[in-house]
Amino acid sequence: MASSLAPGLLSFFEDLRAEGVAIGTSEILDSFSAIDQIDWTDKEDFREALAATVAKSQEDRRVFDLVFDRYFFRATEQGALEMDLGEGEQNRHQGSNRIDLDQLRDAIREAIVEGRDGEMSDLAQLAIAAFGPQGERSGVIGVDVQRIRRELELNTGGTDPARLDPDAVRKFEKHLRRELERDSIERAGKLPPAKPLAELDRSLPGSPTQDLAAVHKAVTQLKRRIATLGHEQRGRRRSQTVDVRRTMRASLETGGVPLNLRYRNRRPRRPEIFVCCDVSTSVSSSSVFFLSVLHALHDSFRKLRSFVFIERISEITEIFEQERDFRKISEKITSHGGVADISGYTDYGRVWLEFEEMIRDDLGPRSTVIVLGDARANGRDPHAEAFGKLAERAGHTYWLNPEPKLYWNYGDSVMRAYEDRCDGAFECWTTKHLESFVNLIAADPASTRR
Amino acid sequence: MGAKTDRPAPSSVEDERKRLAEAGYLADESAALVSFLAERLDKPVLVEGPAGVGKTELAKAVARATGRPLVRLQCYEGLDEAKALYEWNYRKQLLHIQARAAADEGAGESAENEIFGEGFLLERPLLTAIASGEPVVLLIDEIDKTDQEFEAMLLEVLSEFQISIPELGPVEATTQPLVFLTSNDSRELTEALKRRCLYLWIDYPSRERELEIVRLHVPDLDPKLAGKMVDVIQEIRELDLKKPPSLSESIDWARTLLLIGADDIDRETLEQSLSIIVKHRTDIDLIAERVAVKLSGPETNGQTG
Repeated sequence: MASSLAPGLLSFFEDLRAEGVAIGTSEILDSFSAIDQIDWTDKEDFREALAATVAKSQEDRRVFDLVFDRYFFRATEQGALEMDLGEGEQNRHQGSNRIDLDQLRDAIREAIVEGRDGEMSDLAQLAIAAFGPQGERSGVIGVDVQRIRRELELNTGGTDPARLDPDAVRKFEKHLRRELERDSIERAGKLPPAKPLAELDRSLPGSPTQDLAAVHKAVTQLKRRIATLGHEQRGRRRSQTVDVRRTMRASLETGGVPLNLRYRNRRPRRPEIFVCCDVSTSVSSSSVFFLSVLHALHDSFRKLRSFVFIERISEITEIFEQERDFRKISEKITSHGGVADISGYTDYGRVWLEFEEMIRDDLGPRSTVIVLGDARANGRDPHAEAFGKLAERAGHTYWLNPEPKLYWNYGDSVMRAYEDRCDGAFECWTTKHLESFVNLIAADPASTRR
Repeated sequence: MGAKTDRPAPSSVEDERKRLAEAGYLADESAALVSFLAERLDKPVLVEGPAGVGKTELAKAVARATGRPLVRLQCYEGLDEAKALYEWNYRKQLLHIQARAAADEGAGESAENEIFGEGFLLERPLLTAIASGEPVVLLIDEIDKTDQEFEAMLLEVLSEFQISIPELGPVEATTQPLVFLTSNDSRELTEALKRRCLYLWIDYPSRERELEIVRLHVPDLDPKLAGKMVDVIQEIRELDLKKPPSLSESIDWARTLLLIGADDIDRETLEQSLSIIVKHRTDIDLIAERVAVKLSGPETNGQTG
């Protein structure tokens, strides 16, 4: 490898580490030997080779791409400044008078539609020259980008037949932003201080459906763990019961002496799950999260019945079965749930009494009850003994509380009354917590087996 | 397969891409580069991505391109060392002892040595890959389905390329196997494992690449129809589905279209063959509602639930 490359790469890795990508020495060595193998003058190969050796997950890869662009853009500009290689104001915007604006608009539009990345940066330069004369610059790059975009009539929304794919336009905006940045660097003659990545850029494109995907992932794990737990136990022959009849029959071979013990086959359990979810206003921020947990659970388990409650409890299994769209589900639940009676405050005591009545006949040692709620009883009778009865009847009872553990039992929270009656009570306000809940159940098979 | 000799490592990324294409796999830039690096650096590759985008296929293609035999270890929950590494052939050992006893030689010390010989060893995929005389491609499929303990055991195999058998001593690889691990990302893999691997993320292909791949696998399909089919598939992937159609499913669909002799994808064709590309009822309903209505064709009855 060109030895002059090493210091630059090391400081690039330093940047990556600063953004939270864990890079070990072994990975750095790997990346060096990888670069040895390829033609590192090809930018794409260079980038991919580094990424393959250094970024070991999709999130890392995303950060890697951002830092890569930032680092090498800055490095190039720094180099240009040092060698005084400015393109020159005149040179750069030369011919802007000769450009036919309509023609430029068409050319840009075409490049965006066809996704020709290579042309875009040249076109962006032209667009800046044509539509963003020096005097009118706002000084804030984001504002300039939007102004130029408006001038170019690049519509992405509405019913305009000529609207463009928003992603493609965003790509073009990126080029615009970069060219504007270069412009300002050249004029100022120095680099602006490096900015750390914004939290928003770094995370995967965020939206409710994204979060939903994370929840889905955690629940898929839960499902898999539960489905295979029985098999694992069978494989390890732990606490198996002797099948006397089969042992006796096998003993005939050895003259009536039971040499070989025969064991009863263990049947994997099919869990029946009851999920109760609090949707009152005190948990409104987390109830969206909980509903998405429910939503995900419904995709995974066949024998799942879900309930929502505020003052009263109501079964919503059907709604989940009929609807696929998460937004529609939450609308339906709020409109036909029939869970709020008068005040809209949660009444845990009444909910347990009603719940018991509803599922009394279905609850058995094979069923698991999962409660998602904050246990804030609003000063009403918590009827803990009714909940205790439920928990006794059910094989397992788990409570997931959307509040941090610190707040439990403060104010009107009656968590303590319920906590002891559950097999486990956990705080659960991020997908991380959900995952650790899954792991906990999975790690301790005894807690899911009776 | 063993008749072919091992081909020399590729000289450039472009070369690797060509070789993969000859083996029937259209690799994108990063896939070609990573498999090129894997061959040059003798590093394992961790391939992640959604189900059905060709992760396993990549390993198979590399095996074909290099002329190496493929050894596959399919992972599942509860997979243990006995099924992945090696096992003593207990029955054969017993028979051997009995045979000796019958021949009245007694079960002396020599018998003990004999029954722990290589003849009584059942080779499982990992040992097969390492003990093999010719270089192989080892595919460890769906590594995320195993437990963390198993992953830890793999570390020795992946970094030292050796397996220790207490009765025989360590078995070292005579040739370096090319290792591919695939994961559907259903569990975060340990840092230690990732550290030893090159990382490759394969995503759903772009429209052009998907079209190319479909044309490669189903060359008899009318190009115009294939183009339209890929358009529809790409549009379906945009929807919020439980399981978006994968690349393998779109190839299946292309085959189906060819089989039923469709000359255009209209509403009826789509609804008839929808079950090929999506496997959930709710997904089928959603597509019927969002995509099918845009296609021309006669109204069919009862397409939505």
